[in-house]
Amino acid sequence: MKTFAELGFPGRLIAVEGIDGSGKSTQIHLLQRWLEQLGLKVFLSAWNSSELVKSATSRGKKTHLLTPTTFSVIHATDFADRYERQLLPLLRAGYLVLCDRYIFTAFARDVVRGCPPAWVRGLYGFAALPDLTFFLRAHLETSLSRILNGREELKYFEAGMDLRLSTDPQESYRLFQGRLLEQYLAMSNEFKFHVLDAGQVVEAKQAVMRRLVADRIPLDRYLAPQAV
Amino acid sequence: MAKPRRSAPAAAAAAADWPGISVQVPSPAPKRFYGHGIPGVDPRSLTGRLIVVEGADGSGRSTQIARLVHWLEGQGHPTVQVGLKRSTLVSEELERAQQGNILSRITLSLFYATDFADQLENVMLPALKSGFMVLADRYIYTLMARDLVRGMDEAWLRNLYDIAVVPDAVFYLQVPPEELIQRTFAKSHELDYWESGMDLGLSRDMFDSFIRYQRLVSDQFLRLQSIYNFTMLDGNRSVAELNEELRQRIESVLAAPPG
Repeated sequence: MKTFAELGFPGRLIAVEGIDGSGKSTQIHLLQRWLEQLGLKVFLSAWNSSELVKSATSRGKKTHLLTPTTFSVIHATDFADRYERQLLPLLRAGYLVLCDRYIFTAFARDVVRGCPPAWVRGLYGFAALPDLTFFLRAHLETSLSRILNGREELKYFEAGMDLRLSTDPQESYRLFQGRLLEQYLAMSNEFKFHVLDAGQVVEAKQAVMRRLVADRIPLDRYLAPQAV
Repeated sequence: MAKPRRSAPAAAAAAADWPGISVQVPSPAPKRFYGHGIPGVDPRSLTGRLIVVEGADGSGRSTQIARLVHWLEGQGHPTVQVGLKRSTLVSEELERAQQGNILSRITLSLFYATDFADQLENVMLPALKSGFMVLADRYIYTLMARDLVRGMDEAWLRNLYDIAVVPDAVFYLQVPPEELIQRTFAKSHELDYWESGMDLGLSRDMFDSFIRYQRLVSDQFLRLQSIYNFTMLDGNRSVAELNEELRQRIESVLAAPPG
């Protein structure tokens, strides 16, 4: 697998990964602000797949119709839709694309659900690797209390209830997130994650991220055209 | 199901003479997956028979399958059918996606794979576990052939379909594209956008595109045949004749000892 830079794309993709409650969205939002204020061509990819894929996925989730295999393939469909329709064209056009989660989320999640790692990776074989991946390494209990306090109810699949780890949604969620964390850490070297301690204050993490982005990516190549 | 055809002296006939009264009990035929399969499913527990009929639209697949179901049930074998775009999970959306031609290549391919996986887990595996006959109106080979024609990576496709069960028999009904066109027109007087491969831009002329596309698909099937070992059948003959050959071949599948 190659990065977008290695494949000769003019654009660059920066991914932020981590379990729920690790502070990914906050960090990526601040990164986006900064890059925009530098006047660069930047795009934050939200997980908005097309209506069709969304409608099938939500039916499957609502009716608990999904098995580990169908869960995996339908999410790969969703990712492919976003990848082909949104990410690829922007990267061809020389954008800095920021992704809140990327293929590693699927690698961790599907393997925890029992799908073989080699098969899941093969499924996403069409996707290039990010040029930079940040992993926010959270302390499990801290992220759990962040999420569990803010939520009235955990969703079935989000809590990993389909894995039958526990009949109590909170306990199931706890065990599920713990296993995800293990999977992420196991991938960390292979995919050259830049691991950040999520326990640090927001600004400290953001400072490290901005420095790495500036070191690794020739930002002056990404200036947005002047408004006409 | 199968009613005795003879009339008057039926009452006099010995019970043993009624057609279909002696039901052949097939020996269990444990399966294997092409790859890792489905997590938690032991393929040795899948004792039914999986019989696949492949072929283009107009090759007579559906007609043959309907007759085979009738016949198999008449012989006392429990039978279920599966086919493309029939899953509870995504069939509706797949249909809409085709109408609008709005999904990109990999997305559409994965959408079909989702449809397949859903039927595999919710229909095929439970049926095979219970020793049923599963008749598949197209299988992973059509999905692969279509994608290969569209330039997708073969290793990627084979990995994707590592989840599939290896069938007991795969019959490919061969009909030349020129004959397919005649049959399609005899039925509906119009060519289907996808079956004509119009998304490939082979020709703006739909007739021309249909012929060229069907040849490309058939070339891929011939290539896949050497890997997956299908039985190629001449589809260019009468329904009854073709059905007779299918029955004979399925009978030997049913009689085959496990292994």
